[in-house]
Amino acid sequence: MTLSAVLARGEVLAVRQASVSLSGRSILENINFTLEAGELCGLIGANGSGKTTLLRTILGFLAPNVGDVSIEGGGHASVGYVPQKFMLDPFMPMRARDLVALGLDGNRWGVPFPSKERRRKVDEMLEALEATPFADQRIGSLSGGQQQRILIAHAMIRRPRLLLLDEPLANLDMRSVAGIVALLRRVSREFQTAVLLSAHDMNPLLSVMDRIVYLAHGRAVTGSTDAVVRTEVLSQLYGYHIDVVRVHGRVIVVAAEAEDDARVAVAHDPVHVAQVP
Amino acid sequence: MTGMPTLFSILVEPGFFTSQPVLIAAAIGAAAAIVSGVVGVFTVIRGQSFAGHSLADVSSAGGSAAFLFGINPLLGFLGMGALAATSMEMVRADHASERDLATGVVTGAGLGVAALFLYLDTTSSTTGAAVTIMFGSIFAIPASIVPLALVVGISALLAIGLLYRPLLLSSIDPDLAAVAGVPVRLMGLLHLIVVAMAVALSAITVGAILSTGLLIGPAAIALHLAKRPGLAILLAAAIGIATTWGGILVAYDSYEWTGGHGWPVSFCIVALIFLAYVIVAQPGLPYWRPLPRLSSTRTKRTE
Repeated sequence: MTLSAVLARGEVLAVRQASVSLSGRSILENINFTLEAGELCGLIGANGSGKTTLLRTILGFLAPNVGDVSIEGGGHASVGYVPQKFMLDPFMPMRARDLVALGLDGNRWGVPFPSKERRRKVDEMLEALEATPFADQRIGSLSGGQQQRILIAHAMIRRPRLLLLDEPLANLDMRSVAGIVALLRRVSREFQTAVLLSAHDMNPLLSVMDRIVYLAHGRAVTGSTDAVVRTEVLSQLYGYHIDVVRVHGRVIVVAAEAEDDARVAVAHDPVHVAQVP
Repeated sequence: MTGMPTLFSILVEPGFFTSQPVLIAAAIGAAAAIVSGVVGVFTVIRGQSFAGHSLADVSSAGGSAAFLFGINPLLGFLGMGALAATSMEMVRADHASERDLATGVVTGAGLGVAALFLYLDTTSSTTGAAVTIMFGSIFAIPASIVPLALVVGISALLAIGLLYRPLLLSSIDPDLAAVAGVPVRLMGLLHLIVVAMAVALSAITVGAILSTGLLIGPAAIALHLAKRPGLAILLAAAIGIATTWGGILVAYDSYEWTGGHGWPVSFCIVALIFLAYVIVAQPGLPYWRPLPRLSSTRTKRTE
């Protein structure tokens, strides 16, 4: 991460000409996009398109070979993170509120002393994420959607300027997906936090995304959903003809040619094709 | 004491509270149980039970070397345990299975070295070094060990107190901890060093091999009962003390019913831990609330 001086006014995150290689293999190539405070952005792409690598680069776990990533504030307090496939053991001796409290001061030494101030901050964040009803239950006994809410509360309690979520909608039932999407939309507006979440299916996010970063083969196009999710734009990104089909308010991206590689890369979510009523 | 036998006099054989070996055993046993219970909760949360057992096995090489060269056995266990902890953390394994294999190979090698030292011990002396090191002899702890044992115990507890929050966060999820600026690898190393301290204390009481019982057992029981990390830690320490003292009592009493040779304390302690675990691990047992005011809402499993 470099100095935040390279950020324009209102920008929270800027990824400029970033390329990332892992053990000699190029994963991301010349990625460019910026996020502003309060924006909700979907990082969309098939499995293996580089979504997790991009998120880990923004977090500072990986360094770009070329280019740079700038975050407002620069430090740990300015980024919240919700990891992928987070499922805790049912026997973990921890209530939901304990995990939220660790978001506040989990990096400090020593045993936490209960204070009214600490309790108030935790209660406030639980309330904001509609997690109060299950705050005193064991975290491992909660459903996937409830655990997501607690993790978002853990990440948001320090009021970061940027919130990153790795596939937060995977493995959730459709009602929980709608709940989490609505929650993220509200969180980004209320706390003026830029939210960047990765997903392999863009459909649940179509109505709420301010911006989309569409990844394919390590390259990205960005802009509004209408500007990016179009046959010409995505065909150019993939390097062969693909079709963007809109059916019943849903978007399906389909490879026109029967190239094996193209099918794997593009028709990444055949389940959702089948689900269209 | 004459007259009607009371429940107390049936449970406690005469001389229990005045016997010097019993008092030393109770003090050092409690220290080992507290430290093991406290750090054991983290070991269980991290899923490192095997690493904990491995440390105990490898540290027995240090204990047997100490016997051979006539130095304080606690120092031997501690030194070898710390060395094993450091080398286990140095193995930068990409996959969990690789890490497991490396731990297994190191454990085998450590036990091999222990076998060599124990063989040399038995050829140079007639003391039962192997039994003492592997299975403990809590009634034969030399008083000279006590000060060092207390220093090790207090240091381990201070270390856990200091590391509490970052260690807890990195034990739940290393990525969450790393984002918050916690040095995750250092936490892993420090955790294993404190495990080595707990194991060294257990080794001189219940023996190196059985120290796993004291490290994992009370923590596993506490995880079934408590739903808060702090409470689980206190409970694990309490269960450790109760089973250790209970085991000492049963073993002391057993001299009476076995005609003078008695049962080993290690067996009695581990048997009590095992019984307690079997009872709490019954499926369908509701989470226990020892302190209703501190955990206000009853936990119900949500579907």
